[in-house]
Amino acid sequence: MPRRLQIVAVILYEGFVEFTAPVAEPAPRRVGGRLHRFANPGRFLRLSGRVLPWLAWPGAILTAAGLVWGFAFSPPDWQQGETVRILYVHVPAAWMASAGYAGLAVASLFSLVWRHPLADLAAAEISPVGAGFTALCLVSGSLWGAPEWGTWWVWDARLTSVLVLFFLYLGHVVLVRAFDNPERGYRAGAILALIGAVDLPIIHYSVQWWNTLHQGNSISLIGPSRLYITMLWPLLIASLGFTLVFAAIVTARLRAAVMERRIRALLQSRAEAAEVVA
Amino acid sequence: MTRKRRRLLLVLACGAGLGSAVALTLSALSADVTFFLLPAAVMAKDPPPSQIFRLGGLVQRGSVVKTEAGGRPLIRFAITDGKAAVPVRFRGVLPDLFREGQGIIALGHLAPGGVFVASEVLAKHDANYMPPAVEAALKKDGLWNPAAGPPPPPATWDTMNPAKPAAKGS
Repeated sequence: MPRRLQIVAVILYEGFVEFTAPVAEPAPRRVGGRLHRFANPGRFLRLSGRVLPWLAWPGAILTAAGLVWGFAFSPPDWQQGETVRILYVHVPAAWMASAGYAGLAVASLFSLVWRHPLADLAAAEISPVGAGFTALCLVSGSLWGAPEWGTWWVWDARLTSVLVLFFLYLGHVVLVRAFDNPERGYRAGAILALIGAVDLPIIHYSVQWWNTLHQGNSISLIGPSRLYITMLWPLLIASLGFTLVFAAIVTARLRAAVMERRIRALLQSRAEAAEVVA
Repeated sequence: MTRKRRRLLLVLACGAGLGSAVALTLSALSADVTFFLLPAAVMAKDPPPSQIFRLGGLVQRGSVVKTEAGGRPLIRFAITDGKAAVPVRFRGVLPDLFREGQGIIALGHLAPGGVFVASEVLAKHDANYMPPAVEAALKKDGLWNPAAGPPPPPATWDTMNPAKPAAKGS
């Protein structure tokens, strides 16, 4: 075997051992360094408690403003009529489905490489929320497709890749919670999430790479908007609102998870102390 | 090499491998991932009548003939991509967006006479969203003649004020 191949094989084998090795219980954690500053649960709870209202309230207000503007005060479309208003739910939900998965992948990277305890919890708390937004995207898209395209569902590249994203989210939700030892669940979930990240560019470019029933992207970072200005504003406001609401739900869930972990540790140490006394 | 560094390299190596594997697979399968064939591709392939596929393109202007046969609508039209056109026959109810010049996708097979017999017709719509007031203003100002083609590019109207040309006209 050539030398280089041998080295690759050794690295792969060691990595395999590294990821599949049985986890000592409780897992040894080196707390320190810049990254692990937020691993301190007390500091995280204090900080996130201060941030949460600034996510939740503006999120709720902007979502409501964007949707009311979109549903009641924005103009209809010249060819789709009033049906176009589904856009103000469908597009922000679709963006959050992809953005949420990107967040899940980043958390998984931190969890896998740096073994950051907060990243473990964050990944576990992002996936149910992301699955919810993806479901909203799929359902609203189906309701939109029925009158405009003439069908509820087709297996074109865009719709199929988003359905795959939904299943990736659901798989992560289940996998993370499937092990008796939570550490193993976090690791397996992180690997799944990182593998699934390959779906994100496929979703984005599906409408350009292949012929699809789904139309192309209306908004890009470069180039003009393909929406009329009074349709663009409510869409952007609703999208910002959806983003903040997503962040607020994940933060609230993460706080609950940290507190849950603290309570469990407290109960365990109490039980152990009682055993010692008895 | 620290353990963290090794783990990072491993994740990156796996990511690169997986990414290229998926890219190769998708480019190899691109003919299957494609949801519909354009008329030019159909002409080049000449699929047998037993093969069911989707034909997509624009409804050719002036080609739509609506009749009725046996109490059900029978529609004849042609789908074009600018290079070739395929005549289509469809029995059934068309989606609301069906009209001349509109992008549509038809599911069916190519009958021996070269006519595509569709069992299902879906309408595509583009990613441009324009209020009716702007549509009226564009037509009134002579910036868009619907008979000649699709609306002008969105950059020319996405911030225009439809009240202005109307005020000028009155």
